[in-house]
Amino acid sequence: MVDAVLAWLPYAVAGWVLLVGCIGIVISNNYVHAVVCLGLVQSATYLLLLAIGWEPHATAPVFGDVSTGVRVVDPVVQAMTLTDVVVGATVTALLLALTVQLAKQHGTIDPDEVRSLEQDQQEDQHEETEAAGQ
Amino acid sequence: MSRRFAWRLVLLVAGLVGVAIVLVVGLGALPHFGAVEHGYGVRAVAASLSHRTANVVGSLTFDQRAFDTMGEELIMFAAATSAVMLLRRMRDEEEDEAGLGYGPEDVVGALRLTGTAFLPITLLVGCYVVAHGHLTPGGGFQGGVVLATGIHLAYLAGDYRVLERLRPSSLLDIAESGAVAGYLAVGLVGMGLTGSFLTNWIPLGTFGDLPSAGTVPVLNGLVGIEVGSAMVLLVARFLDQALLIREEGDDG
Amino acid sequence: MNGLILLVLLVGLVVLSTATAFTREPGRQALVFGGYGLVLGVTMLALQAPDVALSQITVGAAIVPLIVLLTVLKCNRVLEEHRRAREEHR
Repeated sequence: MVDAVLAWLPYAVAGWVLLVGCIGIVISNNYVHAVVCLGLVQSATYLLLLAIGWEPHATAPVFGDVSTGVRVVDPVVQAMTLTDVVVGATVTALLLALTVQLAKQHGTIDPDEVRSLEQDQQEDQHEETEAAGQ
Repeated sequence: MSRRFAWRLVLLVAGLVGVAIVLVVGLGALPHFGAVEHGYGVRAVAASLSHRTANVVGSLTFDQRAFDTMGEELIMFAAATSAVMLLRRMRDEEEDEAGLGYGPEDVVGALRLTGTAFLPITLLVGCYVVAHGHLTPGGGFQGGVVLATGIHLAYLAGDYRVLERLRPSSLLDIAESGAVAGYLAVGLVGMGLTGSFLTNWIPLGTFGDLPSAGTVPVLNGLVGIEVGSAMVLLVARFLDQALLIREEGDDG
Repeated sequence: MNGLILLVLLVGLVVLSTATAFTREPGRQALVFGGYGLVLGVTMLALQAPDVALSQITVGAAIVPLIVLLTVLKCNRVLEEHRRAREEHR
């Protein structure tokens, strides 16, 4: 019974995490929350890649302590995922640095409240003409 | 609920249903979990063993697909440099010591002892993980992150000033850029010797020894330096911004 | 037996990922995300990928929650200053 469920469950979980991450980004009212949900979407791809590479009765692709004839899981997807994890964290850091700058410049990190630079400029000009007129 | 929110909800549901259908059709067509034949994997293992590398993932990362890893390393370098630049101290900001809030005398004695004891052990383990990347699970990326997080035990155990002394920013900057240049240099030497960029030109040695697998431990070390320095500099900027930097004239 | 472990881990991933996406407050969300990263790391071990698990645990459970919490701290302070400046302006 467990094997029947396990035949498709890892792929389904990867798909679920991807969708949940997308929902999180769309319903978010805070840019930091959105960045963390983006990290969630990225992690779904790691799970999918590693699930594709798995083989039953096979061990990790490191021959430090096993003999070289042993069956191993697919090492190629592991090599891809490995670098992805660390680089993804650095890109998350870059996005968070942008969020800090956004907070400093616009005073808000709510995606709905951040408007374009042009609108801000027009508002500033409007205020100035009002103040000059009084 | 407002009209804009209602529209957004409709679009979200439509998009999610679409993606879900694509995922079910695509992933459903895959062979079930555990049944895939890994042709590339078998050949990669054979190639790694012929280059006398015990860690097949390490061989793939730094020998068979080294160009790919160079690209990833450059992405990391660019992202870390940009984030550090974005979080620099602006002209209208100043550093405020009072924001630190606590000093070494406020830390619990047990935490101080544990942190001080574990700091050299963690740094040693980090160096071990980097150095043995071609024999056991590990390598430059993992070991670099272990080193970077390990150094912050100094911050937990005591004072921000201690951490600042342990991470000389200009030295780490030079180390980070030097490591990236070193990676490219190893590749170029390979190109000079055999005509292809990033070939494994160092003598391969005996399987399972520390000096084996040719360029893999060298590239591991360089990537370890780069990742460790980049992470330390990155977290340093975040800590500075959160703890020290204030707008001018603010009482905090 | 390995199948049962993997089943439990996958269910844990579903629960924690849903919790991460629906936790509104980013400071709390960072900790839930750290927990999710830890369970993901153990799942990677169950899928026979120790290298990737090492990466994931160090990065996903240590570095990312740390920088998210520092960002939240900084943003709260900056937004507080802006709010105060706007009220003085009125």
